[in-house]
Amino acid sequence: MANGIVLDFEKPIVELEKRILEMREFASGGSVELNSEIESLERKLEKLTREIYSNLSRWQRVQLARHPKRPYTNDYIEHMTEGFIELHGDRGFADDKAVVCGPAMFHGRKVMIVGQQKARDTKSKLYRNFGMMHPEGYRKAMRMMKLAEKFSLPVLIFIDTPGAYPGIAAEERGQAEAIAFNIKEMARLRVPIIISIIGEGASGGALGIGVGDVILMMENSWYSVISPEGCAAILWRDAAMAPQAAEALKLTAPDLIELGVIDRILPEPPGGAHRDHKGAAEILAAAIDEHLMAIMEMTTDEMLSKRLDKFRNMGVYYHD
Amino acid sequence: MVEWFRKSKQGLISQTRKDIPEGLWTKCPECGEIIYVKELEKNLNTCSHCDYHFKFATTEYIKLLFDDGLYEEHDAGLISGDPLQFKDSKKYTDRIKAAQKKTGQNDAVISGYAKIDGREVSFAMMDFSFIGGSMGSVVGEKIARSIERATMRKIPLIILSCSGGARMQEGILSLMQMAKTSALLAEYDKVRAPYISILTNPTTAGVMASYASLGDVIIAEPKALLGFAGQRVIKQTIGADLPPGFQSSEFFMEHGFLDKIVHRRDLKRVVSQLISHFT
Repeated sequence: MANGIVLDFEKPIVELEKRILEMREFASGGSVELNSEIESLERKLEKLTREIYSNLSRWQRVQLARHPKRPYTNDYIEHMTEGFIELHGDRGFADDKAVVCGPAMFHGRKVMIVGQQKARDTKSKLYRNFGMMHPEGYRKAMRMMKLAEKFSLPVLIFIDTPGAYPGIAAEERGQAEAIAFNIKEMARLRVPIIISIIGEGASGGALGIGVGDVILMMENSWYSVISPEGCAAILWRDAAMAPQAAEALKLTAPDLIELGVIDRILPEPPGGAHRDHKGAAEILAAAIDEHLMAIMEMTTDEMLSKRLDKFRNMGVYYHD
Repeated sequence: MVEWFRKSKQGLISQTRKDIPEGLWTKCPECGEIIYVKELEKNLNTCSHCDYHFKFATTEYIKLLFDDGLYEEHDAGLISGDPLQFKDSKKYTDRIKAAQKKTGQNDAVISGYAKIDGREVSFAMMDFSFIGGSMGSVVGEKIARSIERATMRKIPLIILSCSGGARMQEGILSLMQMAKTSALLAEYDKVRAPYISILTNPTTAGVMASYASLGDVIIAEPKALLGFAGQRVIKQTIGADLPPGFQSSEFFMEHGFLDKIVHRRDLKRVVSQLISHFT
């Protein structure tokens, strides 16, 4: 997978992969010496990949979360579900293309999918508004969740957004109200909700579809009160300080486990989810299935009271 | 339980003083009129020419809204931790200490029980002078407990917001306070008592995108800055100037997100009438 965009810290891996590929072409002649050379390089590649990815800085993880080849919601839908039918519109204003919703079959079970959708080429990026939802997107998502509640379908949420869209029209149509309403309604939605953070989880834009029974997080994704750039611009008065802000914000999956905000980190395939979409989807699907089964053993009231407790207990403070 | 007591004479630092420059006269930032300071104070810190509402200290709001300025304070002893060990140009713990020294308060909310025209309410009031009224774990927890007290006693809930949003220095935990407070408001719905959300200048971002926008009735003071996204961010995103009056109380009223804009002098009467209609 040497084509496309390569992040700086990925370069040694990609270069080694290229060398192996070239040697393979030579070796097709049948040289034994070359074959053993290739084997040793492959071992070296495995070791190098492991080394690089186990020592990533927070900022490097942010870059991986934004990798243009990273699997997006529609990739997970494709690899994890069958019979997905996309449903559109908030029945009030518009169809927000930054969020994709609809029923599907997941591991033999009927579910409702709601996921923020990014895109890879310029035209599609604009079509998806870079995964930044407007108020009608939050209202569309809530309409689908209510539909799920009516037909007793568990809701699978995929979070991947650089933020709720900051624009004039978004304010006119009540971005704050739309997010607040969703947070409150999701807290009492009478079907299981599994949240999976698959890339970027920026602030209220993520939380607006982010309340649920279980919060899973892919290893190289981030979730924060503000983007590193936004934080840097405010506190350091310089967006270029984003790497420092990323460190300070503690926004990676291991940080969030420690802070008691997420339930589980899902390890990505070697070299990151962008190198193996199918593998990433299998890992996530297995975890969703496991947690879904556990939640479905509870009564609805038990599930809701656990969901409330989960968020009720978040925060760190002392009593003087 | 804390005793009922009169706190108005304890001399909490008044924001009123700070917003008005030294001297007898001040200039209204909205209409530019020169106002006699004594007159401004008499008008509850509102401009008599254009109704611009200057900052009003939480202690002043308490005197304005609650019978005899009395209230029973709860959770005053909650103090912020530093879960991220956050440091930018300054350590977060130093920012907290400085704000505590400046305001005489432990964090950006005063909360408890009070009476409005004889009716008991659970209240929380945000204090902008404490790190911009930003919401971290303590603010979230105090708001949460105010909602729980209202739920427990089945009494009206009054939250007066004044905040720039979530507190960055507590990272994701600040964001989660939005979920904590909003989820408890879903529980409060069950007791069928009214929640009146009062928005003052400014109420934005994480606070606006959670409990402030979830009132059964939402009231704003005139000409307050409200909204989700910051104006600088919007300007950068769209690459154009913002229309006049954008994100003001009047803007949100026009677009259907406020029930009412209420002048400070009428605030108690309107809140009291609403409580009476819904209880």
